[in-house]
Amino acid sequence: MTIHNLYKETMSALLANKSRSGLTVLGIVIGIASVIIMLAVGTGASNSITSSVSGLGSNLLTVSPGASRGPGSQVSGASGSSQSLTRDDAAAIQEKVSGVKNVSAEVNSQQQVVAKSANTNVSIVGVTSIYPIVHNVSMQEGSFISDKDVTRLARVAVLGPTVSDDLFGVGAEAIGQTVRIKGQDFTVVGITTAKGGSGFQNPDDTVYVPITAAQQMITGNQYVSSISVEVDSVNDLTSVQNGITDLLMKRHHITDTANKDFNILNQQSLSSSLSSITTILTYLLAAIASISLLVGGIGIMNMMLTTVTERTKEIGLRKAIGAKRRDISLQFLAESIALTFTGGIVGVVIGWGVAHIITLTGLLTTSVTAYSVILSVGVSVLIGLVFGYFPARRAAALNPIEALRYE
Amino acid sequence: MIEVKNITKTYGQGDSETKALEGISFTVKDGEFVAIMGPSGSGKSTLMHILGCLDTPTSGTYLLDGQDVSKFSDNELSEIRSQKIGFIFQSFNLLPRTTVMRNVLLPLVYSALSEKEYELRAKAALLAAGFPENRWYHKSNELSGGQIQRVAIARSLVNNPSVIMADEPTGNLDSKTGDIVMGTFQRLNEEKGSTIILITHEPDIALYADRIIHIKDGNILEDKKNNNRRLIHRDIANDNT
Repeated sequence: MTIHNLYKETMSALLANKSRSGLTVLGIVIGIASVIIMLAVGTGASNSITSSVSGLGSNLLTVSPGASRGPGSQVSGASGSSQSLTRDDAAAIQEKVSGVKNVSAEVNSQQQVVAKSANTNVSIVGVTSIYPIVHNVSMQEGSFISDKDVTRLARVAVLGPTVSDDLFGVGAEAIGQTVRIKGQDFTVVGITTAKGGSGFQNPDDTVYVPITAAQQMITGNQYVSSISVEVDSVNDLTSVQNGITDLLMKRHHITDTANKDFNILNQQSLSSSLSSITTILTYLLAAIASISLLVGGIGIMNMMLTTVTERTKEIGLRKAIGAKRRDISLQFLAESIALTFTGGIVGVVIGWGVAHIITLTGLLTTSVTAYSVILSVGVSVLIGLVFGYFPARRAAALNPIEALRYE
Repeated sequence: MIEVKNITKTYGQGDSETKALEGISFTVKDGEFVAIMGPSGSGKSTLMHILGCLDTPTSGTYLLDGQDVSKFSDNELSEIRSQKIGFIFQSFNLLPRTTVMRNVLLPLVYSALSEKEYELRAKAALLAAGFPENRWYHKSNELSGGQIQRVAIARSLVNNPSVIMADEPTGNLDSKTGDIVMGTFQRLNEEKGSTIILITHEPDIALYADRIIHIKDGNILEDKKNNNRRLIHRDIANDNT
């Protein structure tokens, strides 16, 4: 049988029962569309997490205090709870470790910030003038904390745009106004440019003050919460990390690495472990969606088996007038593949459309990849082949004499 | 040319073994119009299946145009049916919701013929079967009983078979339409020299053939020339209703 005639036979058979064919295809459409949507949402989420992590700077090392542990005690406290890092440590890292570009010592604290008529609970970061370079912060208005502000313990503050809007209202002039933090008045000298939420810490919802002022007036000690180290080249991350570990252990008189009182976080390893989590999540979603694809495939098989029974007489006739087993099985396989292929194409279009609508709502920027489209269409054809095989074989094996007698 | 030599057909095994054919031999020359007649259970259907290459005998030989097809496999039998046999069934078995043309050319789809020849051959077959030209592209479910049977005849002619096997072709028809069908057979037999084997249990219908083979209990009871041959008037045979 020629391809052209196979196509003709397939079309006329499927169009003979439009509503049944349509409903069967619907099962595949739903399956493929949900796989496409799930993959698009998963890929979109993965992209957004990866980009927000890399927005933090991929050549950054973050040194944070380790778990607090009393002398001789086997019980360790929460990680980061110990007070072990100082600005001197930061200065030493800048000076003695090679491959280091910039070092920013930071003090973090969650505080209530009060303006005349409003107040908000935000993250307060005590910073030095190097902070905007290390963390890619730019100014929308005014200026950032200067070296002078740090040495003079100046009571000045730079607000994130969200804080400014919350305290003074959208569009209101904030520079020159006063905010009160832990009973101290700070003058607003600048507003940072909006960066967008990064998931873990929102730089727009942050207040920056000089590190010295933060230590004296807010935390009340000389320790720092973290030291951000910008490395010259991404390739040096590991060697710099080892250099810092050696230096700080020496400075803190620690000989055993198991007892070290600080941790160094590598942004790159964070980014790769996060993206592996989202990848697993994406596949999990797709696996759940493919259950509906399996159900759709069973629907195809069910319809094809019914069709074979209904058309027993026709199969008998075809065999009597010269159709070989191969001709019959080819015809039924073609029908089932035509169904699933159509379902696959329609499902991709609908899935793409829904993914696009999700993007338009602004919830998440979904991403339909060529890979997921090819995969879905390929899988739909495969389903046709697998679930059509058994009915087709049954049809081909029919004895023409018995098939012709079938009523 | 059909030559069957001592063919038997046995169904089942052991105690439940039944012999449908107990050694049948005869020859049908090209251009003959033979009726195989017998009551139900006589083995005539089994014989028809073997002659039509739908089944193989348990023993004996069957030479179709000099080729022994009695030991052929499923696929080889399909090939032979496609080349040498034309079937007309009691219930016609046209594809529903499909045009007359498509129904007639269906056997060619499974042949080695090139697609260009399909319609030419189908048109020639429809003309030979006396099917009205203005309905060639109508759907098969829009036809009258007589027209349906003419489509079935045209379909059996389309592959230029060595033999046309007609299995109770008038069983589902009223006597007038039955006459039209038998008249068409007689005309094809005379004008085109088609070899026709007619299987029937009705003695009236068998009288249209030039030779009648009586079968009973799997044996040939009688094989003789039909001296009381009924002839259909040409006008009836050409009635297209």
